[in-house]
Amino acid sequence: MRRWFDDLPKYADDQSWHPKGVKRCRPEIFLFWLGLPLTLLGYFTVGAVLCLALGLNQTNMNDYFAFGVWIVVDLAVIALGAGAFFTSFLNYVVGKTELKPIVNAAVLIGFICYVGAILMLGIDIGQPIRGWFGFWHANVHSMLTEVMFCITTYAIVLTIELLPTVLDNKRISRVPEFGTMSHNLHTIMIVFAAAGTFLSFFHQGSLGGMFGVLYARPFAARGGIGIWPWTFFLFIWSAIAAGPSFTTMIVMLTEKISGRKLTTHKVKMLMGKISGSLLVSYMVVKSADTAWWAWVKLPSMGLTMDDMYHNPYGYWLMWFELGLFGWLPALMLLQKKVRESYGLLFLAMLMTCTGVALNRFIFTIQSLALPVLPFEKFYAYLPSWQEWGIASLVLGFGLLVYMLAYRYLPVFPQEPELNDD
Amino acid sequence: MWNKDKIRFGMVIDLDKCTGCGACSVACMSENNIGVLHDETDKIRSITWLRVYQIDNGKSFPDTEVAFIPRPCMHCQGGKSGTPGQAFFQEDPLVDAEAHPPCVSVCPATATDYDEETGIVSQIPTRCIGCRYCVAACPYHARYFNWYDVPWPKGTPRALSPFVSPRMRGVVEKCTFCYQRYQRARNKALVDGSEVGEMDYQTACTEACPSGAITFGQLQNPEHKVHKLISSEHTFRLLESLHTDPKVYYMSKREWVRKMADNYVTRHKKLAKAAAGGGH
Repeated sequence: MRRWFDDLPKYADDQSWHPKGVKRCRPEIFLFWLGLPLTLLGYFTVGAVLCLALGLNQTNMNDYFAFGVWIVVDLAVIALGAGAFFTSFLNYVVGKTELKPIVNAAVLIGFICYVGAILMLGIDIGQPIRGWFGFWHANVHSMLTEVMFCITTYAIVLTIELLPTVLDNKRISRVPEFGTMSHNLHTIMIVFAAAGTFLSFFHQGSLGGMFGVLYARPFAARGGIGIWPWTFFLFIWSAIAAGPSFTTMIVMLTEKISGRKLTTHKVKMLMGKISGSLLVSYMVVKSADTAWWAWVKLPSMGLTMDDMYHNPYGYWLMWFELGLFGWLPALMLLQKKVRESYGLLFLAMLMTCTGVALNRFIFTIQSLALPVLPFEKFYAYLPSWQEWGIASLVLGFGLLVYMLAYRYLPVFPQEPELNDD
Repeated sequence: MWNKDKIRFGMVIDLDKCTGCGACSVACMSENNIGVLHDETDKIRSITWLRVYQIDNGKSFPDTEVAFIPRPCMHCQGGKSGTPGQAFFQEDPLVDAEAHPPCVSVCPATATDYDEETGIVSQIPTRCIGCRYCVAACPYHARYFNWYDVPWPKGTPRALSPFVSPRMRGVVEKCTFCYQRYQRARNKALVDGSEVGEMDYQTACTEACPSGAITFGQLQNPEHKVHKLISSEHTFRLLESLHTDPKVYYMSKREWVRKMADNYVTRHKKLAKAAAGGGH
């Protein structure tokens, strides 16, 4: 009679879990490299325990900088994770099937970004045990309420979108029930892609809206349509411009580190073209918004651009965001020659992501740095080591999940045919 | 959050009378159970619902002039533009105008609210999740986050006011115009079968000010002193141009003091910026 544990040695065979038709490094090498994310997670744990046990006085935030590096990282990773919903939308809803080879990676990266952001937010609020109050005592007027609802529900949608990739694992798919479930999920994925697009659209916007509605904070305040300030639309626009770049950039990094080809360059070029076209249109609107803010909005509040920029948050930030990491990568990505070059495509995408992350930094930190009362002081902010510890969660958690997924899940369907194993 | 206020409580602070003694701050802390932290020199993390700023005219001796600006929560009405003394009367009472303080609509957990009966911006610390979005929204820095647990010395909790709950670490708090005093006055009026009179409800800072610089009452009630004071030509509010519509007014006959209340894209702005001093 066969006993349940007779099969255990078979399951312990690491190679039997690898995706079909691909090679992965030896288990001991993999375990060695797992030390990197585990170290980062250890650093996070120290910071988290200190913040939860002793309070947010462990950070360098204060009543002037009510938001710090955590919100910057949250906003940045959520924007960069937008590749998930937008690539899914283009692939499943619009029918741009050329993106199929990269959609799994986009969903995986999106999942990492969103779950990482939610975990960080759990530490960021002063009373984490009351986090559910935002749902229970929801204030429908608050952009943050909308963000809480949509981020949570979208993380669930992303989990469902990721599930078929997990179930397609060589060993898991042998279980007939899982195989059927995976097949069925694939056929209804358009529903989740559409739901994800709807949810993501609104929370990306609401994250921008969070700043635009601060009508008494001149750096962030914007006009808009109805209840939606211009920043609502700008954040969506910039996220869908940077998201595809970030996904492709991570795939390219994985290729360089693993020494394997994961998708064709054509797919990457298409992602670059999508990113570039959206970034150019975003830059036009963003530049118009900046001009309107500088020449109309600020003077109406008795202020000028000169009041907005103090060292260390000087004009250089604006030129970096709009010029070096805005218009320049946008125009680069529009050039076919740039897209054809592996290195230049990577550089342009890196610059795009840097620009959008910088935009989130500026809206979070610089908005608060500006003293609104004429007799107030100007303060600057630098995160404490505990804050960096919490912020390293996204990287540590992301690396861990990504490394495990790359090793065991069929994330890249083109990999077997592109490599001679 | 539709504004159908019957009463609007507000304050007028005469800056020409304020000596900067800080009695208002001390009275506020005592009345509202605000604790003393281990390091009160860390002013960007300590809690002072009513903070007194010191400003000067930026001139050298012997022309130097100093003024003090006590700053409680402004209890903004928001969403409505207007000039000092006029804003509250521009509204047509038959038209619903939305009250929109900068901090209230942003709270995800409805832990702060605009009281339609009194115009007071409330705070519910036990519902606050500590996201600090309201702190970011307030241009007056009138909202305070509890970065620390208050190290109440042994025995002192027994001396706390029983009418105000002490707050815990990780939540936001702010000036409530001593709302507990209004509740007591209202209860008394209910028992007596009378109305809440002007002197029945006064904030702790108003009572404590030795020079009588602070006046408190109903802004739209002609029988209250604040109503007369806000129509003075020397009355102003902080950051008028942001349309926060604060219910705290200031008075000064000195033009340079009035100019320090807001930002201007004129030569006055340079004067104000040059004269900018720190808080104390």
